[in-house]
Amino acid sequence: MQSILYQIPYQADHYNELLDANGLPHPHWQALIEQLANEQPSEMRHRVDAIQRQVRDNGVTYNVYADTNGLQRPWDLDALPFILPHEEWAQISAAVSQRATLLNQLLVDIYGQQTSIKEGLLPSVLVHGHAGFLRPCHDVQHQDNIALHLYAVDIARAPNGKWWVVSDRTQAPTGAGYALENRTIISSAFPDLFRDLNIQRLSGFFTSMRDSLSHWGRACAQKQSLAHPEIKALSEGEQPLIVILTPGPYNETYHEQSYLAGYLGFPLVQGNDLTVRNGIVWLKTISGLKAVHVILRRLDDDFCDPLELNSSSVLGVAGLTQVARNGQVVIANSLGSNILQSGALLGFLPKLCRRFLNEPLKMPSVATWWCGEPQALETVITNLHNLVIKPAFPQINQHPIFGEDLSPVEREHLVQKLRANPQHYIAQEQVKISQAPAWSSHHKPNINSLAIGLRVYACPTPNGYVIMPGGLARIASGKDERVITMQRGGTSKDTWITSPNTSYHTSLLRRTTSSKDLVRGNTYLSSRMVENLFWFGRYTIRNTHNTRLIRTAIQFFLEFSTEHRPIEWSTLHQLCLWFGLMPETEEATKKSKQVVLNDDDIEHQLIQAVFSSKDSSLQSNIQQFFQLAFNIRERLSSDNWRIINQMSQRFNHGRHTPTLSETLEHLNETSADLVTLSGFTLDGMTRDQGWRFMSIGRRIERLQFLCVLLQNALTMPPESNLDWLLELTDSIVTYRARYSAQPEWLPVLDLLLMDEHNPNAMIFQLKGMVKYLTEVSVNYGNGGYEDIFIERLDSLKALDPDLSLYHGSATLLNWLNETYTKSVELSDLLSLRFFSYSGKASTEQF
Amino acid sequence: MRYHVFHETKYIYDSIVTLSQQMLHMTPRNSFAQVCEQNTLTIHPQPTERVQHVDYFKNYSDYIAVFTPHKILKVSSSFTVTLKPRMQLSELEHSLPWNIVAHRLMHEHGEHLEAVTYLYTSPSIKCSQALADYARPSFWPGRPLIESVFELSQRIYQEFEFDPEATDVSTPLEQVLVGRRGVCQDFAHLMIGCLRSLGLAARYVSGYILTTPPEGGERLIGADASHAWISVYSLIYGWIDFDPTNNCLVQNEHITVAWGRDFSDVSPMRGIVLGGGAQKLKVNVTVTPLQLTMPAPV
Repeated sequence: MQSILYQIPYQADHYNELLDANGLPHPHWQALIEQLANEQPSEMRHRVDAIQRQVRDNGVTYNVYADTNGLQRPWDLDALPFILPHEEWAQISAAVSQRATLLNQLLVDIYGQQTSIKEGLLPSVLVHGHAGFLRPCHDVQHQDNIALHLYAVDIARAPNGKWWVVSDRTQAPTGAGYALENRTIISSAFPDLFRDLNIQRLSGFFTSMRDSLSHWGRACAQKQSLAHPEIKALSEGEQPLIVILTPGPYNETYHEQSYLAGYLGFPLVQGNDLTVRNGIVWLKTISGLKAVHVILRRLDDDFCDPLELNSSSVLGVAGLTQVARNGQVVIANSLGSNILQSGALLGFLPKLCRRFLNEPLKMPSVATWWCGEPQALETVITNLHNLVIKPAFPQINQHPIFGEDLSPVEREHLVQKLRANPQHYIAQEQVKISQAPAWSSHHKPNINSLAIGLRVYACPTPNGYVIMPGGLARIASGKDERVITMQRGGTSKDTWITSPNTSYHTSLLRRTTSSKDLVRGNTYLSSRMVENLFWFGRYTIRNTHNTRLIRTAIQFFLEFSTEHRPIEWSTLHQLCLWFGLMPETEEATKKSKQVVLNDDDIEHQLIQAVFSSKDSSLQSNIQQFFQLAFNIRERLSSDNWRIINQMSQRFNHGRHTPTLSETLEHLNETSADLVTLSGFTLDGMTRDQGWRFMSIGRRIERLQFLCVLLQNALTMPPESNLDWLLELTDSIVTYRARYSAQPEWLPVLDLLLMDEHNPNAMIFQLKGMVKYLTEVSVNYGNGGYEDIFIERLDSLKALDPDLSLYHGSATLLNWLNETYTKSVELSDLLSLRFFSYSGKASTEQF
Repeated sequence: MRYHVFHETKYIYDSIVTLSQQMLHMTPRNSFAQVCEQNTLTIHPQPTERVQHVDYFKNYSDYIAVFTPHKILKVSSSFTVTLKPRMQLSELEHSLPWNIVAHRLMHEHGEHLEAVTYLYTSPSIKCSQALADYARPSFWPGRPLIESVFELSQRIYQEFEFDPEATDVSTPLEQVLVGRRGVCQDFAHLMIGCLRSLGLAARYVSGYILTTPPEGGERLIGADASHAWISVYSLIYGWIDFDPTNNCLVQNEHITVAWGRDFSDVSPMRGIVLGGGAQKLKVNVTVTPLQLTMPAPV
């Protein structure tokens, strides 16, 4: 063990989380260090690999807007947990709970009585001069005076071992979901240690949060039904509707939002999934409007309502502020809570704490001066070299300035700026924050000491604030170790809190579900979700078909040399053209005849069909599919998601141009993944209305493909071989088992059209389509389209095999043409009826 | 004085609007200077929802939602108002020095909560050194506030040209200051910006003004327009209104609808529509002086 300890860097002027002044580990790190010292070096390597694989497979990402190398950056997670003993945690926890209580009261005061200003405890400019003080949110009504439903605080440890607050996160704190994912990954990397140390679980915190939101949601439901007699009160065990409002997939923490939505079981919605009518917020579902009781938002304050707040926002819900003012919806956190994030408040909290809570503030903030106070300004100017200058208000765009970095000229320049607008700046003491052990596989020593900050989360319950036993720890791995942010390339850590004994963090609220409250269907399916599911279904099948088509074409191409290539090749080529996989050559369009391409061209085109960046390539279609999957993320199981993720990532690795046989290999893998996904869809997903729309999407795509395929096949030269046709429709095994002979037209067409037992047959697809459309009509009223498909089914059944099922049959070609047209129309009709919510709103101001 | 005001706003859309949600500031407020007798707000097509609330600045704000598909949205406000006499310049001679007022606002804000709302940068008015510099020649230490503000108002009137083509709703203040052109809204924003940059509290007042018909001419129906001016917090005399566009202390020809930090707090109509395409806007305002006893027109 000694040998490990000697190598760990130790800086005496920083507190070291791991080592004490004698260079020995603090007791709560003992077990981890012993394990590392006693195991083979390869163990840790395997662990690191496993962690990276899990991050990748789970698709844990953090989007960076400015990142040109693609939007989604894999989440950076250190292999070693950050461990804190429970005795110390008890103090942190009490301090954070106090601070949350204080800030909640301050928020309610700022948007209400403003006692804090009247009594001179808070300078008015910090409220009235703050762009985040949203006047339309004044007098918003809160249940039980709770405005802050999820609070986070960034804390760090000073050289003397005491914890200090660096900043508060009160608007829409991020990271709680990442903390949960970190836990899942790291606890499985150190299973024995995790169990032996009896680390406190995180799940209890989320249960408290869910139960508390339900509690206030229920109270809100009651208010709604009082104000609107037509709205039925919730029954005893019926759950209020709680949604998570996301800015959408391009937001930097969208991954976390969808993860939390899935974990908490709340629908993830975007602004245009919601609408305000009659003073209530409604979720647009395919079964109509459902009253929303709680909105857990990840949208910034002013983006939440284009009508009364930021009129340029296209992400919000018009009229939301008004509903909040009347207390007809709980918004977590309350609109306007960004104001508390201003660093200028820090210096005023000790007095406010005495006034509001009648007790001293338990955890100090990093020494902070608001330059708007003349005395503070002079102190700041005198001590500039030890300070960091930051903006006091969000509207002032300014990165932190470190006094120690400044040349005399720059310093003078800064002083002028401070004197000109002292109110706009705060100064914070530059703290030497503590260092924690971090793992590095590539450098010696493997354990480094890096600056660490901890984000701690709190949520209110009817009995006060509770704290997540753990948090999101971040270490500075970027260039500037003084700045810790995920945006600028920080690394996160799982935080472990030891426990004195088994302390179940049980929820403080009881839930009772009676049999009449059992939920047997997804009542809260938003129209947008259904639209995404529909297209998800379509793209699964479209990609399956495209993969098979290109694969068949490549096999053909490899199997036969130019002079021996059989006549059906040109039909295959034709199909590739139809589906946009291969480009039309100029001559071809001019002469409307196929040109003979040389083999190099064909080879190039086949590879391009898979990998090019053109819209119609397989790669683009898979990306499109991935995007759709991303949008419905909270409905996919982690297995499901892992496959999708793997499949899409496989396309990202193509740096060099793949060879034809590599391409083939690639297609085989993709095809297998798609089959697996279809299996999940059939086996694992609940048969609710969303599933039905997904299935309809799948069938539309299948019908269209079959129609196009058969139309092309029926018009190829009569002597063509039919093996490829059976291959493409995945029916070759069945055919051989039945006929054990060269395929012939009548049995092939019978198998692909009329055989009710062949899942790839037209009749099978049509029957399913009729079934699903009928179910949709039963639930949402007749749309008339199932009749069209009943007619298609009947006319197919009426075809006489002897008279119609032959090569070149005009009856059959007409029937296929008609069916194709109807399936295109169906897609439009469904869009119009069920997905047409998404009209674009425009704002105007006169 | 007694006036009747008719204000009609008409949006004409290229294509059908299926949903319109609007926040209106068209119902006049009462104040120390005016009493409204009756007001009606008529909307076509009939809104599905209509709710009135009092906003942060104590203005009336009407929320309407129209679910009926329409290509024209018409909102007309009609009301009668009696103006009460305001203090004249000669009565305001003993105002405090402006720098004392600024100092008190900064250090005793707890006692002037109503004024602190109007002390700082707001969405359309960014305080700046340039604005303070422009105002400075009229504000020397010790000079009475009202005298200084009136001179600033005069200077804006003299040094800026009224030009409806030069600016629109979104023109930033710096550009107005450099270009020296604009309309009443720009001049009000400019003057407020100057006052706030010196540490004084000033608010934006939106309303109407009686226009004088040309000599011997008839009063034209619909030829009047919305107007905007400013109000400054003087401490001892309370809020005093100045109109930089007309170079005057507001007396008995200005009818107040609403006030706020700047235009964005009180825009007569702001909202969201679904559909609509391109749109045209037509505004008609008619201000009619009434005899004190004359019944209001219907």
